[in-house]
Amino acid sequence: MSNDTSPSAGPPQAGLDPRGGSAGVPAGRGEVMSHEWPLWEVFVRSKAGLDHKHCGSLHAADPKLAIQMARDVYTRRQEGVSIWVVRSDQIVASDPGDKAMYFDPAEDKVYRHPTFYELPKSLDHM
Amino acid sequence: MTKSIELQRKPEVQYLLRVGDTALILAQRLAEWCGHAPVLEEDIALANMALDLVGQSRALLTHAGTLEGAGHDEDQLAFLRDERDYFNATIAELPRGDFAFTILRNLIVATWAKLLWERLQASSDAEVSAIAGKAVKEARYHQQHAADWVVRLADGTAESRRRIDAALTDLWRFGAELFESDTVDTAAHAAGLGPRFADLREPWLAEITAVFDEAGLAIPAESGFRSTGTRGVHSEHMGFILAEMQHLQRSFPGGVW
Amino acid sequence: MYTQAMDTMGKDEAAKTVRSAEEMQLQERFDARIDAGDFIEAKDWMPEHYRKTLVRQISQHAHSEIVGMLPEGNWISRAPTLKRKAILLAKVQDEGGHGLYLYAAAETLGTSRDQLFDALHSGKAKYSSIFNYPTLTWADMGTIGWLVDGAAIMNQVPICRCSYAPYARAMIRICREESFHQRQGFEALLTMMTHGTQAQKDMVQDAVNRWWWPSIMMFGPPDDQSPNSAQSMRWGIKRVSNDELRQRFIDATVAQAQLLGVTLPDPDLKWNEARQSHDFGAIDWSEFKRVLAGDGPCNRERLAARVKAWDDGAWVREAATTHANKQAMKEAA
Repeated sequence: MSNDTSPSAGPPQAGLDPRGGSAGVPAGRGEVMSHEWPLWEVFVRSKAGLDHKHCGSLHAADPKLAIQMARDVYTRRQEGVSIWVVRSDQIVASDPGDKAMYFDPAEDKVYRHPTFYELPKSLDHM
Repeated sequence: MTKSIELQRKPEVQYLLRVGDTALILAQRLAEWCGHAPVLEEDIALANMALDLVGQSRALLTHAGTLEGAGHDEDQLAFLRDERDYFNATIAELPRGDFAFTILRNLIVATWAKLLWERLQASSDAEVSAIAGKAVKEARYHQQHAADWVVRLADGTAESRRRIDAALTDLWRFGAELFESDTVDTAAHAAGLGPRFADLREPWLAEITAVFDEAGLAIPAESGFRSTGTRGVHSEHMGFILAEMQHLQRSFPGGVW
Repeated sequence: MYTQAMDTMGKDEAAKTVRSAEEMQLQERFDARIDAGDFIEAKDWMPEHYRKTLVRQISQHAHSEIVGMLPEGNWISRAPTLKRKAILLAKVQDEGGHGLYLYAAAETLGTSRDQLFDALHSGKAKYSSIFNYPTLTWADMGTIGWLVDGAAIMNQVPICRCSYAPYARAMIRICREESFHQRQGFEALLTMMTHGTQAQKDMVQDAVNRWWWPSIMMFGPPDDQSPNSAQSMRWGIKRVSNDELRQRFIDATVAQAQLLGVTLPDPDLKWNEARQSHDFGAIDWSEFKRVLAGDGPCNRERLAARVKAWDDGAWVREAATTHANKQAMKEAA
């Protein structure tokens, strides 16, 4: 995450894009390279909540702008007290095709669930 | 045509209207970006700021009306004064310009507003203090948003740098008015209502300098020019804003909305 | 509603392509999931035609939201009270937000927001016909809230159960925010009709006269002229037919109009006891087609405004990415 606050040395240079282009350089599709801002996923924890929940995505040029925009777009109705933003391409997700392999084995291990255990009534709140 | 109201120019009323009108007129300019911003996210951000400012102006105008004692509500004050009775700083009424202009104006005004609201929290007027408690958080956010963008535009491309430089040249001389003191704010200060505007100059300059340092911008030389919106004498732009803003109230006498 | 143009196009060819045995198996499994009411997520296998249809529908919905900001944005600077100014600003801002959620949902299907804007700006992509009409008076604001948002809500609620989960989730969020839009519009009109001057009441009736027919056209062409609806229904993308939605809307709105004290400009509008519904007059479908084809009152202006905002903003977007890249390089060094 960039927290660089040093003043820039000398005049700003145009289009120093390490991914390969300033305006005018053709990209793979034969179009001009756009300056499209990357996509970020937004997670918000509400006042009453314990977890950050995924609430959507937005485009931002950098992390600081991403947080700011997330605040403007996703917490206008006082939905949140904490925001996480993660670049979408940094998220690693399980493969839906592997659903059975990853998740079905948990199905038959019922002893992991609290409702499996019968306790005396006096211990109701456990 | 609905007639103008006559404003009772009590110093405490004028003082509060300086702040309230600046918020109102700046909100009017920011709202012009709705549907036209460079990117959807900024459309929403600018509209948020406009909404904050409308809220602040409503609270201040309502309270100013109470202190005025002539039975004027927020809408009569907002829509039915003559131009000479509006006390926003001229900087707020300037056309929105390009994004660089809007952002830089936001930085200048929000930094001033934040410092003002911080001190207004200690106002002897309980209502003003309460309004300030909410407004200071909003102003802090507006300032941060503007500062982040000033840095990005100043240290972005050659074109964005050119535009922020041009904005600075156009805007700087309108900033001085925000720190002019006269009998109105001296009276307010004496009554414990709020700070003298001149007392905000130093902390404001310190904060602006910090942002400019990060952005690689230089503080321009002082200009002898002083705009006079806070005294009711505005620029050529004010007439157009008011014509648009007041139109419905003027053309539907007795209208209920 | 957001498939107005697609509805009238000829039946799509996709079903006829030759497919491998594996693909047919995937298709079968997909169909079974749809029939079982399962939700499809972004990374799940889906027929190419399903993906394409969704991209078009979702993006056209998104375009509608942001183009819709323009006719209403017109009146923010002229709102007659500070309260109304704040309400209108919040509403238009919400629409921007809705557009954003929908573009994000469309992006999960393998496209980018820039590409979607490109389609809009070049005229290839459509948006709802209603936003090509001009907002001539303040009463248009209340009328749009009442009729246009009312129609949109009627269309949107069923889409909350759309088979494609990212779209459904976006719709749930949108519907939650939308409820105030219609209510504030109706309330603004009710205030003028109940407490306003005669000039205000005339203004309201005039607005209703202009917006009624375009509003009921929003639901798209009649079912028998919408060959692609059937496939969308099969896939759980479209849940209720155009005609049924339109009828529901008209039936709900007649009572509201009576409450307001306005006349709906349709002499053939009357309650049909047998159908337990309102009969209504013939819709001018030639006007609808014209407006959809780009020949409405404001099509050119709306598009020009969006293109200008985009073009004028290019240097800003470029400055932000350039700055971000410079920071990244400084850190890497």
